[in-house]
Amino acid sequence: MLWNTLLLAMRAIRRNLLRSFLTILGVVIGVAAVITMVTLGNGATRSVSDQIASMGSSQLMLRPGQRFGPGAEAAPNFRLADVEAIRHQLSGAAAVVPVVSASATAVYQANNWSTSVTGTSNDYFAAANWVIATGRGFTEAEERAGKAVCVIGNTLRDKLFGQQPAVGAEIRIKQFACEVIGQLKAKGQSAMGSDQDDIVVMPLRTVQRRLAGTVDVNLIMVSVAAHASIDEVKTQFESLMRERRKIGEGEDDNFRVMDTRQIAETLTGTTRILTMLLGAVAAVSLLVGGIGIMNIMLVSVTERTREIGIRLAIGALEHEVLLQFLIEAVVLSSLGGAIGIALATAASMALAGVMNVPYLFDPAINLLSFVFSAAIGVIFGYFPARRAARLDPIEALRHE
Amino acid sequence: MSAATPLIRLTAITKTYGRGQAEFQALKGIDLAIAEGEFIAVMGPSGSGKSTAMNILGCLDTPTSGSYEFQGVHVEHLSRDARALLRRHFLGFVFQGFNLLSRTTALENVELPLIYRGAPAATRHAAAHAALDQVGLAGWEHHTPAELSGGQQQRVAIARAIVTGPKVLLADEPTGNLDTHNSQEIMELIATLNRDRGITVLIVTHEPDMAAYARRVVRFVDGRVASDHRQEGAG
Ligand SMILES: Nc1ncnc2c1ncn2[C@@H]1O[C@H](COP(=O)(O)OP(=O)(O)OP(=O)(O)O)[C@@H](O)[C@H]1O
Ligand SMILES: [Mg+2]
Repeated sequence: MLWNTLLLAMRAIRRNLLRSFLTILGVVIGVAAVITMVTLGNGATRSVSDQIASMGSSQLMLRPGQRFGPGAEAAPNFRLADVEAIRHQLSGAAAVVPVVSASATAVYQANNWSTSVTGTSNDYFAAANWVIATGRGFTEAEERAGKAVCVIGNTLRDKLFGQQPAVGAEIRIKQFACEVIGQLKAKGQSAMGSDQDDIVVMPLRTVQRRLAGTVDVNLIMVSVAAHASIDEVKTQFESLMRERRKIGEGEDDNFRVMDTRQIAETLTGTTRILTMLLGAVAAVSLLVGGIGIMNIMLVSVTERTREIGIRLAIGALEHEVLLQFLIEAVVLSSLGGAIGIALATAASMALAGVMNVPYLFDPAINLLSFVFSAAIGVIFGYFPARRAARLDPIEALRHE
Repeated sequence: MSAATPLIRLTAITKTYGRGQAEFQALKGIDLAIAEGEFIAVMGPSGSGKSTAMNILGCLDTPTSGSYEFQGVHVEHLSRDARALLRRHFLGFVFQGFNLLSRTTALENVELPLIYRGAPAATRHAAAHAALDQVGLAGWEHHTPAELSGGQQQRVAIARAIVTGPKVLLADEPTGNLDTHNSQEIMELIATLNRDRGITVLIVTHEPDMAAYARRVVRFVDGRVASDHRQEGAG
């Protein structure tokens, strides 16, 4: 019986090629649009969170002032004494890393390149998630003496040395010569789009004395110990700084403690919203596809009601007629869904390549959009047929 | 044929369409007994209830009251599916308006009742070819209704009705759309089926020439059987 019904369903599909094609098209468009958009959105989210992971794990960053950018009030920088105090008084801090930043032009033989200079301690590499690819970091003696040694980023190495070895060479920064003792493994672009590898790292004292000419520290990074709670350490950190900077009760902080986890959440939050937006647009196409399917199915009801009347009149049982219509709808919807998924996979792969985001196969969205479109096809193919199959044959035949 | 056990017996069948003010009684109490192997012509003025009665006999429609026995079984008490099975196994119906599946070849149209009977493909093809051959449509198997003339479509409809070898053939004005020549061919065919295969035949017709093929003429007037007489069949 099933075999015969399958035969009838296939004949009906072949007999109404245009209708079958349009039904399939509706499903294909809906499925392909949703899957492509959501897959690309997921890829973008992944690439942002990968970049965030390259910033290092749970860290607190202390900066002077409350805000950045235009309108930022002048607030005093920190001193090494602050760093020492934090080191001794802040339990839950695994490492405390002072940072002073400057920019300068680095020169090697005929090549020169303007880069950003970071003065810091050897802990910086671990805290900021840097890997020293060749060479070494700073020794304690070099840090204490403020020796002219540096570790350079991949971009700077490219610009100054090309294919030649960099470690052991001497580069000139501003007025002084500096020995390259190490080279960092490339990180690529930051989540904000700047080149993280355009960098030269030196001991804190070296930068303070030879470049900045101050004893200030611009930024203090605190890596939170694995067992400690970030929020607790942050609160403790803030009250310690208020005390040290003599901020009275009711006065605003003149510093700001940021949490890398917060930054990460903000950024991934943004891309997630973008993904949802794309998904919403795609859901509209799914809906439009669905309405297309409904239209085709409903328009064909008159013709199909007569067809059902004929089938009933020559002895078909109600459930045989319904099974045929169900098979028809399922075959068309599944075919459309399968083509849609294939199309979406090809499109997502191609577009992910163009947009430079990873291609991530998302089984849930594939299944969801497939089931949704297929359900529309089946429901709107099946229910009008069910109404017709419950008529007396003569009533179905009289249907105009 | 013994009159004591008729194949079909209608008792006080009525059919009312609509309700309230629009109520209309199309059949006002029909009593009719049909024995196996009979060839009956149903005649009567337009609107007298011929098609209504045929639809009830064909189990396509349900009477408002009265009883319909088919081989002693009360059809009015059967479920929808049971009536469908009755149509499938015992009845062949030719509609006034053909009612073929559009965009479907003559062969597939004729095969349809056999598919519902679950006949294997080879048997089905052979039977459908034979039926089309019998109605003179050999060579037209792969034409769709749109590619066939009215007379040819009528023949396909007849082939579809007889392909299962039904016990009863019900034909509502099977020659209504045909010229005299075609009409006579169809009537010859139906008479042959009645004579050679013992199929019980009821046909509705307005034309005395066609009614002449039958051996019994039942005349409807205003929802009632006005006359019922036997004659010598021309077939
Ligand atoms: N579905 C319906 N709803 C309401 N009235 C109907 C319906 N079908 C038939 N009738 C009425 O019942 C009466 C009998 O109709 P029927 O079709 O049986 O006549 P008929 O004898 O076959 O006529 P004709 O020779 O023109 O085919 C007619 O008056 C018709 O108007
Ligand atoms: Mg009629």
